[in-house]
Amino acid sequence: MIDLLSAGLIVGGLFFYVAGTVGLIRLPDTLSRLHAVTKADNLGLGLLVFGLLLQLSDPLSMLKVLLIWVLVLAASAAGGQLIARHLQHKREESS
Amino acid sequence: MTFDALLLLDMLLAAMMLMLAVAALHSHSLRQGIILFIVFGLVTALAWARLRAPDVALAEAAIGSGVAGALLLAALRDRKPRKQKTPMARPAWQVLTVTYLVIGLALTASWAFLDAQANHAGPRLGAMVQAELANSGVANPVTAVLLNFRAYDTLLELAVLLAALLGVLALGPERTAPRAAGPVVTHLVAWLTPLLIVTAGYLLWVGAHAPGGAFQAGALLAAAGIVVRLSGNPHTGLPSGVWIRMLAVAGCGVFMFVGLASMSGGANLLQYPADWAGTLILLIEIFATLAIAASLVLVYLGGRPESWSSGGKNARA
Amino acid sequence: MLGIVLAALGLQAAILQQDAIRRILAINVLGVGVFLVFIATAYQGADAPPDAVPHALVLTGIVVAVAATALALALQRRMESSDVDADDE
Repeated sequence: MIDLLSAGLIVGGLFFYVAGTVGLIRLPDTLSRLHAVTKADNLGLGLLVFGLLLQLSDPLSMLKVLLIWVLVLAASAAGGQLIARHLQHKREESS
Repeated sequence: MTFDALLLLDMLLAAMMLMLAVAALHSHSLRQGIILFIVFGLVTALAWARLRAPDVALAEAAIGSGVAGALLLAALRDRKPRKQKTPMARPAWQVLTVTYLVIGLALTASWAFLDAQANHAGPRLGAMVQAELANSGVANPVTAVLLNFRAYDTLLELAVLLAALLGVLALGPERTAPRAAGPVVTHLVAWLTPLLIVTAGYLLWVGAHAPGGAFQAGALLAAAGIVVRLSGNPHTGLPSGVWIRMLAVAGCGVFMFVGLASMSGGANLLQYPADWAGTLILLIEIFATLAIAASLVLVYLGGRPESWSSGGKNARA
Repeated sequence: MLGIVLAALGLQAAILQQDAIRRILAINVLGVGVFLVFIATAYQGADAPPDAVPHALVLTGIVVAVAATALALALQRRMESSDVDADDE
């Protein structure tokens, strides 16, 4: 039962990853690609993490895996903001 | 079914590594190439994990991908924009000759490798390591090899790192620091740095019985330094002048000291007394971690920090 | 096997590319290829623990590779600032 739920969560996470990647390839400009990648990938990672959490037994490992998700969230948020700001500077310079 | 899925995963990993390598090396823009190289490093770390080499995976991700990537990107940033430099293409005969020679080399190497596996298999050192593991003072076989059975090699490796550091320091002043970053990066760095430091300590401690150890911990600590630098701090949070030099040398130094001290009882160089082995290894690892971190951060700076030439603690304007 | 191919790719690019930083990249790829060969020999299947000695060698190798890369990059930076327009080989 738990395995089934776990597998379902992981597959859901993978689906979001694929969606994000498709968005990365198909969307027209950098800003929208950024949006697709950060939202979809973070959510995908979250689902994956929760799917894996169900498989673990000791709280320390669970904490570590959750920490991974939080760190990736923070890093991609910061990175996304930096990329967007850089783009805005470039636009201001060229206009 | 499970077995087939794993094989598919491995083949996908291998294909990705190949494609990433080709793309990174032959890409049009150098920046793209470097970023592809970073991704290549991360996929390689996955490959190490699949090959049951978790310590190597950690090190590859942190050092091979992280620090090396940071170094390459920083070097790219500092490059003066080339004036109209389309590299002239090499004459075709050169390209073809080198390619054929390299292919020949690769084929010979493959044949030698396969032949060795098939016909010359002998007793493996790994079995010896497993047999003596209980006497080594740690439970992680890789740490045992690095810091006990082949400690001499690790000592020399620290010396190589020190030599590279000296070379970089001798070559010129440091790169100009990035300007003070905006609030997003500053706040990210503010809590990321302590987390990195704590995790580095954890990796160092856990290296005795699980994947981890001095190199990975040192790389994380160096990452903390790099991240602080990227947020615009000109001092990079490093202790000033004399201290940082002592730290960088201490890795090698403490190692040698322990090795020579162990000779005082009449034993060979670096032959630890049996019940002290674990403690000595930890001691060496602590200083090795600090030295690796200090060296990597200094090397990332790219040269002598400003504060050294002005005689110490003067802050830059 | 993959390791040897990677090493070959890296070697070819290291010789043929002209730009210094690209060559440094190529040498790193060469390094990873060699490491892969090492780790592959250490693998003993899914049941037995892997042979730790090549792991230690590769770990050392990774650190040395990064140290060498750092020194190479510093050299390249110095080279560039000394002669800005000559095409050095």
